Amino acid sequence: MTTQTINATPTTRAQRTPPLPARTARIPLRRIVAVELRKSFDTRAGLWLLASVGLASLLTTGAVIAWGPDDDFTYSTFTTTIAFPMSVILPIIAALAVTAEWTQRSGLTTFTIVPHRGRIMLGKAVALLSVALPATALAFAVGAGGNLVASWISGNETIWDQDLAAVPYVLLSLTLTVAMGLVCGTLIRDSAGAIVAFFVFSFVIPPLLGLLAMTQDWFHDVQPWVDLDHQLTALLRGSFDSEQWSQLAVASAIWLVLPLTVGLWTLVRSEVK
Amino acid sequence: MITVESVTKTYGGFTAVDDVSFTAQSGRVTGFLGPNGAGKSTTLRIVTGLTPPTRGSAHVAGRRFSDLPNPGLEVGVLLDASAQHAGRTGREILRLTQQMMGLPRSRVDEMLDLVSLTPAEAGRRVRDYSLGMRQRLGIAHALLGDPEVLILDEPANGLDPAGIRWMRDLLRSYADRGATVLLSSHLLHEIEVVADDIVVIGNGRIVASGTKAELLASAGTHLRTRHAADLQAALAAADLPSTSTSPGVVRVDAEPELVGRLAAEARIPLIELRPAETAGLEEMFLELTADTQREGAAA
Repeated sequence: MTTQTINATPTTRAQRTPPLPARTARIPLRRIVAVELRKSFDTRAGLWLLASVGLASLLTTGAVIAWGPDDDFTYSTFTTTIAFPMSVILPIIAALAVTAEWTQRSGLTTFTIVPHRGRIMLGKAVALLSVALPATALAFAVGAGGNLVASWISGNETIWDQDLAAVPYVLLSLTLTVAMGLVCGTLIRDSAGAIVAFFVFSFVIPPLLGLLAMTQDWFHDVQPWVDLDHQLTALLRGSFDSEQWSQLAVASAIWLVLPLTVGLWTLVRSEVK
Repeated sequence: MITVESVTKTYGGFTAVDDVSFTAQSGRVTGFLGPNGAGKSTTLRIVTGLTPPTRGSAHVAGRRFSDLPNPGLEVGVLLDASAQHAGRTGREILRLTQQMMGLPRSRVDEMLDLVSLTPAEAGRRVRDYSLGMRQRLGIAHALLGDPEVLILDEPANGLDPAGIRWMRDLLRSYADRGATVLLSSHLLHEIEVVADDIVVIGNGRIVASGTKAELLASAGTHLRTRHAADLQAALAAADLPSTSTSPGVVRVDAEPELVGRLAAEARIPLIELRPAETAGLEEMFLELTADTQREGAAA
């Protein structure tokens, strides 16, 4: 038995190189961000979710080429279609980053190594929101490839109907979608529940609001102000005017800021078991 | 050093921890003993800032846990060895904390060596770990920052006998070089063997605390005789209440010398007379927690 042969005496300080850090130094936020980002992708589930982002963008590109009408191939068709699976998978990754601390109970470790839940949550938010950046780059890169391949197959001229001005719009849309995932995770703190909540937000509520807007005249004018999912989809098409920005801000306040505030308030006071 | 001052935690109408105060001194192993559900884990979660207390406060190394700038360097914590993401490898779990605490990377392998997890085992996912391996990983994790204070909840659970022996020696050597070690257990023997000081909790309240020697001394005298009733009467006449746990066996809270003299004066022949030492703590534990202990919970 190996346990009988080991030396139980801990290594002494003198034996160790390099030295341990000073005990008075607070853990900097950038380290929390780096570790939290790593935690999102260091499990098999996390790795697969990450891989599925790339895989899904290739598959959707293929699907557009295979089943889209030949005259309809434009750059924006590809980028907006690719952004769609991303805006489902990335928020799930974000929600799981929060809920795993409770569902997998790793919070017992996380919150004793950094006993400030607000800082951990800030670190998670910065880490996960920053994922929108490479995701946007991927959407435009794969979209460009798809556009070239499509025009080569169809024989039509390649239509580049998007320029750099479209990039911030897609980036913002993906960032806000990821934020929605974080909000679901923070509010619910249970993996299954948070994912269901996100699906309700992005697949159940929008058609209901759409239906309401169609049947009720008074709601028709209200809808753009309260339907965040509608605004996120509109963002992918770009070029907002000032009223649309106001609508986006109001919808974000309702769907993101308000529940996030409630979620953080309860999270900081909750018990980690 | 760990100081717990008048900590109370209530859940609705239920009081899980009731006015608990104790101190774990540096250089000593403090055993936190109690049956399951007595409030041990809740108390330890309050000490580590995971559970907000309803009243009272806890300090580690002179500060509240949340005021420690990089707590892992001062306090090693193992509350539940199974509370890890099942999809991570053991090594990755250590890597994350090593990175977060800003430690050199070599610490991970040093700690894996220390707890005898082989590189192959460290590369496996925690899902596939036995409870014993999880405890070893948890110990490695707690020791990463070379802390002066260790807080361990039921660390011996799931370890094989050799592992328990190893754990005991490890905690002893930590305390001997000046560290504060606070470990909880519902296993009396485990605490009796390793602890210098003992805090006994039952039904959320501290029911006894002191050095092991003090608590064992109060265990009294164990007697065996064919005239148990006469002996108990003689002891009662001397104001010494006694108990008879089985026929012919009497236990009394008094020095063996005194009890022996009383027996001689009453001319009662004894078969056995000795300090109730071997099972002393166990008896104390069972007595102190008899009315609060759930049936079979401490099995």
